Amino acid sequence: MFYREAGDYKTSYQDDGQTFPIKFDRYRYYFVLFVAFAMVPLLINDYWVNAIFLPFLIYSIAAIGLNILVGYCGQVSLGTGGFMAVGAYACYKFMTGLDIWIGGVQYALPPINIFFSVILAGLVTAVVGVLFGLPSLRIKGFYLAVATLAAQFFLVWLFNKWSWAYNYSASGQINAPEREIFGVAITGPSTEAWASYLFCLVIATITAIIARNLTRGASGRKWMAIRDMDIAAEIIGVNPLKAKLSAFAVSSFYIGIAGALFFAVYLGAVEVGEAFGIQKSFIVLFMVIIGGLGSIFGSFAGAAFLVLLPVLLKLMLADSTDQISGFATTMSWVFMAALVGSVGMLLVSTLRHRSLIAGAGIYWIFAALASFMAYALAIGGMGWPTDIVAHMQLVIVGALIIIFLIAEPHGLAQLWRVAKEKLRLWPFPH
Amino acid sequence: MSDNLIFGAEVFLNGLMAGVLYALVALGFVLIYKASGIFNYAQGVMALFAAATLVGIMKGQVPFSHLINAIFGTEVHYFGWHLPAILGILFTAAVMVALAWLVQKFVFRHLVGQEPIILFMATIGLAYFLEGVSDLMWGSEIKKLDVGLPQGASFWLEENTQWMGFGNENFYGFFIDKLDMFATVIAAILVLSLVIFSQYSKQGRAMRAVADDHQAALSVGINLNFIWVMVWSLAGFVALVAGIMWGTKSGVQFSLSLIALKALPVLMLGGFTSIPGAIVGGLIIGVGEKLFEFAIGPMVGGATENWFAYVLALIFLVFRPQGLFGEKIIERV
Repeated sequence: MFYREAGDYKTSYQDDGQTFPIKFDRYRYYFVLFVAFAMVPLLINDYWVNAIFLPFLIYSIAAIGLNILVGYCGQVSLGTGGFMAVGAYACYKFMTGLDIWIGGVQYALPPINIFFSVILAGLVTAVVGVLFGLPSLRIKGFYLAVATLAAQFFLVWLFNKWSWAYNYSASGQINAPEREIFGVAITGPSTEAWASYLFCLVIATITAIIARNLTRGASGRKWMAIRDMDIAAEIIGVNPLKAKLSAFAVSSFYIGIAGALFFAVYLGAVEVGEAFGIQKSFIVLFMVIIGGLGSIFGSFAGAAFLVLLPVLLKLMLADSTDQISGFATTMSWVFMAALVGSVGMLLVSTLRHRSLIAGAGIYWIFAALASFMAYALAIGGMGWPTDIVAHMQLVIVGALIIIFLIAEPHGLAQLWRVAKEKLRLWPFPH
Repeated sequence: MSDNLIFGAEVFLNGLMAGVLYALVALGFVLIYKASGIFNYAQGVMALFAAATLVGIMKGQVPFSHLINAIFGTEVHYFGWHLPAILGILFTAAVMVALAWLVQKFVFRHLVGQEPIILFMATIGLAYFLEGVSDLMWGSEIKKLDVGLPQGASFWLEENTQWMGFGNENFYGFFIDKLDMFATVIAAILVLSLVIFSQYSKQGRAMRAVADDHQAALSVGINLNFIWVMVWSLAGFVALVAGIMWGTKSGVQFSLSLIALKALPVLMLGGFTSIPGAIVGGLIIGVGEKLFEFAIGPMVGGATENWFAYVLALIFLVFRPQGLFGEKIIERV
């Protein structure tokens, strides 16, 4: 009804090539920006910022970075955690005043403004990323994926041992000192919730816009040519050296910025093995897969999904209202029976060599799970031990990865595209 | 002989033993890769799952007891039996076959013909899934695994090698764990039997045919699904053996799944498609990282074992992208 190209006349090339050619899309985009910039900061408190908004924004930047490398250029990297660590430590050095020792005398730069520290940290990470991206010219596919693990392990080890990087502090940790922009504290313990939120939001918005325009421009097309078939791309005149290394540079720049924000604004204090271990690499990769390979919107969607999932699981399963009665236990039996029954149906239909979707079992599983979720939220949490919930989360994330790779390799972004396509026709059938 | 030289030799020997264990895990990777073109990141977690299942079955733990108790408020923990190790191993092997069937049925059958990198990411998902299931089923605490393997230092070896010090008083003979020696023997037997299986048995030949060309294999009447389930079961057995070895050595715990990360550079060095490559690569990395830590480690603050193997493999790959024994990579448009 509203979502139509019809009636929206383009009178210049500029209009025709804009990011959101459909009017409805454009207004929705402005509306989201308005809500994010003008309304959310007035409504949020510390809990919302620290549990949801900051990790969401920061992971989004990291996911965009990784998506440029994996989704657009086709070079799988498992070194994200290591590159985030580079960003964090570089930001720390710039924030506290970069020092050089020459002949036993220490020369130090003055501390740099936090915004520029973050940007500079991104640049440093880009250089490191290009360095570790060099082997991509020789090795491909998962050989490269495994090779980037070298970056992950080496960098984490380096920041553990190299005391210059953490300013010789006894604990080996780095702590973000208090820094301000326009007199408003952005880092440090006395930061207001809205200030750190807005700071991350501004950076996330700028980086997303740049990424979007890069990927739909000449460089993005070169990356995609390399991704689809690198030898063919080389023959039609794409320089693989430039294309691959520029993808590594841009991607690492983004990941470095994310690492800097993760340390300075979100955590405040970081121990490298804990914060930037290999798990971080996998989580960001999962965000890219679930959100959608080769989509900027998908990076946001994937980040939102994996940030919200633990919060939701905790709300549903771990928290409790201390009033779990005999009734709740009975209900657990009912749901368990439904779930076991539907899994059984699924197995039966598989044994009879039907296709998975044709068997009714899979719908029943979804139905049982959905009713269980609704029920758990309604009674205010099941009150299970937290370690069980943590293990459940592993199971769910793993299963989701597999499901998405099988059913929808382009992730949430593709679902979104399908929905938009449907909306274009609605209310007509064709 | 000088102290350094002797200690260096001891480090070398221990590195060899560690390398054998790496090779053992790497073998599981090579098997699956050769037969189905899937690079199975979950191999390490499969080892963890197998070891945890073995412990659970031997102790008679109720699967998912923690979860069941949390949901229904019951108090079930044990069935109350203690199985001998050999029965436990048999049951665990059965579980691994069932797992292989499930994995084939629900995951990889639907991903046939996808790009290798997509399959690789699917196995990362599988690794997460299995890790969570293993924790839910048997609990995540560190478990002691004892199937009656010899453990501790070999005093016999120590006494009989003392003469090698040639009068050096600081040398009391080579210190080598009995378990490591045992693992070496097991690994040798395993490799030999796998090679014999794939070269001379009917199923082994079918497996190699599938690896060579799916469609051609299908057209001469080889049941692809059966071969794939068989391959995953074999990988499950290898994981079980690796899980028993590492579990006996350092307890059944999460870090067991990280041996997959140790095996990856082994594979890159040796070449993904080569069984001898996995063994030679394992030995090179085992010895290399121990010697590097011994010689260079103290200068740079130690703990170099975390990354040495990767950096070595990375540098190596730049010069020889297919690894030591891998097939030459030929690309066409």
